[in-house]
Amino acid sequence: MKRFAVSAALAAFVAMPAHAQIKPAITFDVGGKFDKSFNEAAYNGAEAFKKKTGIAYREFEIQNDAQREQALTRFARDGHSPIIAIGFSNGSALKKVAAEFPNVRFAIIDFVVDLPNVQSIVFKEHEGSYLVGLLAAQASKSGKVGFVGGMDIPLIRRFACGYAQGVKAGKASAEIFQNMTGTTGAAFNDPLKGGELARSQIARGADVIYHAAGNTGAGVLRAAADANILGIGVDSNQNGMHPGKVLTSMLKRVDVAVEKVLTEANNNQWKAGVTVLGLAEGGVDWAQDDNNKALITADMRAAVEKASADIKAGTVKVHDYMADQKCPVQ
Amino acid sequence: MSAKPVSLPRWADVILLPALNVGLAFLASGLVVLAIGESPLEATALLLRGALGHAEGIGFTLYYTTNFIFTGLAVAVAFHAGLFNIGGEGQAMLGGIGAAIAALLLGSLPAIIALPAAILAAALFGAGWAAIPGWLQAKRGSHVVITTIMFNFIASALLVYLLVDVFRPTGMMEPSSRVFADGGKLPFLHEIAASLGFKLAKSPLNLSFVLALASAVAVWLLIYRSRLGYAIRTVGANPTAARYAGISPERITILAMAISGALAGMMAVNEILGVQHRLLLAFTAGYGFVGIAVALMGRGNPVGIVFAALLFGVLYQGGTELAFDKPSISRDMIVVIQGLVILFAGALEFMLKPWIAKLLTRKEPA
Repeated sequence: MKRFAVSAALAAFVAMPAHAQIKPAITFDVGGKFDKSFNEAAYNGAEAFKKKTGIAYREFEIQNDAQREQALTRFARDGHSPIIAIGFSNGSALKKVAAEFPNVRFAIIDFVVDLPNVQSIVFKEHEGSYLVGLLAAQASKSGKVGFVGGMDIPLIRRFACGYAQGVKAGKASAEIFQNMTGTTGAAFNDPLKGGELARSQIARGADVIYHAAGNTGAGVLRAAADANILGIGVDSNQNGMHPGKVLTSMLKRVDVAVEKVLTEANNNQWKAGVTVLGLAEGGVDWAQDDNNKALITADMRAAVEKASADIKAGTVKVHDYMADQKCPVQ
Repeated sequence: MSAKPVSLPRWADVILLPALNVGLAFLASGLVVLAIGESPLEATALLLRGALGHAEGIGFTLYYTTNFIFTGLAVAVAFHAGLFNIGGEGQAMLGGIGAAIAALLLGSLPAIIALPAAILAAALFGAGWAAIPGWLQAKRGSHVVITTIMFNFIASALLVYLLVDVFRPTGMMEPSSRVFADGGKLPFLHEIAASLGFKLAKSPLNLSFVLALASAVAVWLLIYRSRLGYAIRTVGANPTAARYAGISPERITILAMAISGALAGMMAVNEILGVQHRLLLAFTAGYGFVGIAVALMGRGNPVGIVFAALLFGVLYQGGTELAFDKPSISRDMIVVIQGLVILFAGALEFMLKPWIAKLLTRKEPA
């Protein structure tokens, strides 16, 4: 107790003069901060921090690859810290700039940069996707479920693979249709094509469709709602987009991660290193609210809660596609 | 580039008209900036200072300029043959693939061997990719506008496949190749300056800027001083007459497309060998399309293209700085301003022409 009091007093003493406000800055990825998905979640986290502390932040939306290094350098030189880069595409730029400015604190989402002044935050999307896959298998009457991904990259295949494992765990005989929207970044912003892909899966019998496709997913959820079947949202809680027609959403708490980095930096608790946010850490989860209450039966809830506990305890391991570029189930 | 209804003195056509068009574009942009409650004068000052006011800014401006010279020249060469090559993006992607393959394989060799090979590979891959639509146009009559834009998508899919399934080191999140060994890296200008003993601000500007200027000279010689260039212009002006003169429009179409593609492919020299030192997705970032505006503004003339490319370089770098300093001017606003320049300089390029012609001819005694 005494030691605590001393260290608290010391911390207060140290914190007092050091409490010059932090000057945070964020670079959003090409999707832009209002992409209704990944970048917007980061934006919401920063806004939440700003609301609580009154500390403003600088921001920049990346347009081309040369700007990644330029923006980070510029923020670092202007004395900003921490500087948060949103998205794995900033990885190599951040690595260079962070090495150049060892006294500036950096953070990056969805990528690991191994430097003493960088905090890397990655998510176990496969774990969250497993849970919504499990729910999809149980909610499906036809035994056929769908997945619509955005751009065909390993990260999105990781969502697909976790989902497929969850579906098979829920119903071994279930059939899974998988489609990727495209091969360029535009695939994350093409709701029309998302709707088309969803309709084709519905025509083949799918009655629950999960998307990991950013804004493209808006079309997927719309098509599912129009056909009176169920969609599953991603990243943010999208249950309210079509109440009663969205089974659940796979939450990827980028907002929490961003707010955490900022808060920790503000309280002098910031640490470098890799932060892996899985189910156990509250980094991914499935969304339940009033909009989907009626869709989740007691059996489903019990099953998903058991799976969740098993994954947290380590008795169920969800295979990570990115570990070996393979998926055990299709 | 073909027959003109009103003719202007050369200086008016090459300097006055583009300058007036850019002036109009800036005026319209100023109104937009005013509408969102910012001062257009301050914005213009920030833009110009960001692009030309300090060494690092100039470096970035010239780095963008390099891309636009290559893609602008690419579009211009095809224009002269009467072809509208809008596949610069795809050809640049293929150029990137070629450069990357060479740099990955030969990167451990001395740069004096590896770099020329990689540059050549970029040009050859770009040329090959553009020659196919050229061949389809010449032999099958498939319109080159349709085929080149479709080839952009094929190139993009190919690039994604190669990056995701072939080039990417296992366990790496980003779809990109490994970083090239030193032999595959074009030196930055600030590095060259440092080795010569003076200090230059760090920027992505690299040796490919010199290559771009050399290409502009080469294209000028090709178009206006060579037999092939004459054939290209003849086919562009009138394929029937060209055939009558013993020129094969088919052969010229394929050749012009290949040269155009080679130039577009060389844009990858700047991005891949010069700046990123690895192959990555979306490195073309729309520069291929902007090349169309650059070529239009430069009137298909390499000298004009270099200046038009510089203008777009200023817009890109100045726009970036503007977005930094004025949070209320988002990157979408910058796109609006760039779009207005393209609109006035490209689509409406002849809007002022009749009036200027009238003004100029009135002065001369009829």
